[in-house]
Amino acid sequence: MRDAFAKEMTNLASKMNNLVLLSGDIGNRMFDEFKKTAPNQFVNCGIAEANMMSMASGLALSGMRPVVYTITPFTTTRCLEQIKVGAAYHEAPVVIIGTGSGLSYSELGPTHHSLEDMAILRSIPGLRVLAPADKNELIAQLREAVKFNGPTYIRIGKKGEPNLHTNLNNLGICQGNLLREGDQYLLLGVGPILSEAIEASKILEEQGISLGVASLGGIKPIDDNFLKSMLKKKFKAWISLEEHGIIGGLGTALLEWMSEISLDKRIRIKRIGVPDKFIHELGNQIYTRKKLGLDSTGIINTIKSL
Amino acid sequence: MTIKSQVNFSNLDQIARKLRKRLVKTSSSAKIPHLGSCLSCLDLLVYLYWEELSINPKDPANPDRDRFLLSKGHGAPVLFQVLAERGYYSINRLEDFGKPGSVFHEHPPKPGYIPGVEAATGSLGHGLPMALGMALAARILDKSYRCYAILGDGECNEGSIWEAAMLASGIKLSDLTVIIDFNKWQATGRSREIMTLDPLASKWESFGWHVQEINGHDFYQIKHALNNARDEKNKPSAIVANTIKGKGVSFMEDNNNWHYKTPNEQELNSAIKELEVSQ
Ligand SMILES: Cc1ncc(C[n+]2csc(CCOP(=O)(O)OP(=O)(O)O)c2C)c(N)n1
Repeated sequence: MRDAFAKEMTNLASKMNNLVLLSGDIGNRMFDEFKKTAPNQFVNCGIAEANMMSMASGLALSGMRPVVYTITPFTTTRCLEQIKVGAAYHEAPVVIIGTGSGLSYSELGPTHHSLEDMAILRSIPGLRVLAPADKNELIAQLREAVKFNGPTYIRIGKKGEPNLHTNLNNLGICQGNLLREGDQYLLLGVGPILSEAIEASKILEEQGISLGVASLGGIKPIDDNFLKSMLKKKFKAWISLEEHGIIGGLGTALLEWMSEISLDKRIRIKRIGVPDKFIHELGNQIYTRKKLGLDSTGIINTIKSL
Repeated sequence: MTIKSQVNFSNLDQIARKLRKRLVKTSSSAKIPHLGSCLSCLDLLVYLYWEELSINPKDPANPDRDRFLLSKGHGAPVLFQVLAERGYYSINRLEDFGKPGSVFHEHPPKPGYIPGVEAATGSLGHGLPMALGMALAARILDKSYRCYAILGDGECNEGSIWEAAMLASGIKLSDLTVIIDFNKWQATGRSREIMTLDPLASKWESFGWHVQEINGHDFYQIKHALNNARDEKNKPSAIVANTIKGKGVSFMEDNNNWHYKTPNEQELNSAIKELEVSQ
């Protein structure tokens, strides 16, 4: 996803002379092409994320389209007030990219985990919170975000995530998409972790359990029409899946959405996410997902327990 | 806990050489990055842990112990090696380094998981302000322990470092000593090119600190500077330690690829060979 981001940024910069990429001393050779294509539109802002974020709003208020890039905790919680006041309150068109989100950098420890970013940023007025499942969804969202008159946060993975979307014409901001058909249960997820759900769905199918899998592409705004159409399908239950803490993210957003639906039409929502605790016993992303029940086996077990 | 007057420099050299080898080996076998960053500040940690700090590895929670924080937390591998060699825990525990379920990974965890680790660092710009808090606690509680933090030069990009710097001198916190591992690199380039870091020593001076500039690989100079810092009773002390990223292995020295890269088998063998002959 990182490389797709860098490539698409280079593409966009060649067409938009007001696009500017700010990076916080990371992504060593990743932006070489970008720097060649648009040398004046890249600034390494050093290890100073608070300044980088406020500076982005200044650029945005002066007609530029800044895209701020660093590791998720440092581009979100590290500079939260700069996001709230500078970008969101000013409705400044700042695009915030959190790279290596969720447990992508699992083995780097809690300082590098981002399991609260969506919950916190979702509560800020006017800030859109996106979590593309694969690089195609990321590219579609990025293209829209740099044209949008307001701030957008996009949390992405690292590298090597599989392509999950099949309907490439329907990608973008606030677009729900079915990745796999199914009629007993419906899993609604965001981010690359959806690959685990697809795997789970395939295994469950062999066991006679039918699990549909959908990507919501983000948690704010949420695709109301898509959810309403899913509601009509009368699944036994919905399951939410996110590589994020269990509090405040996608699962919570869906519960809030469902609470507005009349009682007779409501469907049970079971949330899958990271428990409300810091993780100290570390391993890579695969290990940690497994340990926390976020991998395909964990998803299968949750569904069987419903 | 008294200060030793005689420093056995050749003993320090031997320890440093042994730990350099272990660092290179672990980085290679467990695929732990930031090897250059570790080799750069190793000599500083060796001096601190064997000569300067008033500590007892068998009693790591003693309330009167000196506090050391590796503010550049990505140097965790060097801290883990030093703590093991100094007797906080058995070297065997490091066999788990980087393994699933281990607490020994790329950054120091919060206290309670690894004896001797005082704070979880890894997000840059937190360690110095925390050390400041610990030093202030000593003053309020009328304790005599001292606090030390090693910062990266790139880490000095962070505003929080300069916020702490202003407050520490403002409240005359002379029991706080900062060592800047001035290896002239950060993650993606030369630290003096990304931001205006120079003149680093006079920056700290203008922020009200007692400042010394030394060669951070010379134990004699390290000793001298730390002694002076202890004698300073009015200001916090900053020691700008000129270091070489990747110090000790010719092909890693001042080559920032070793910020992320881990040695393959051939690189490991050449590094070990060099470290075996060099003195
Ligand atoms: C707040 C924050 N931003 C970014 C990073 C990513 N990062 C890890 S190490 C590093 C470079 C550090 O450079 P320096 O302090 O000079 O240490 P060196 O490795 O050169 O010794 C960066 C940017 C981080 N860990 N924390």
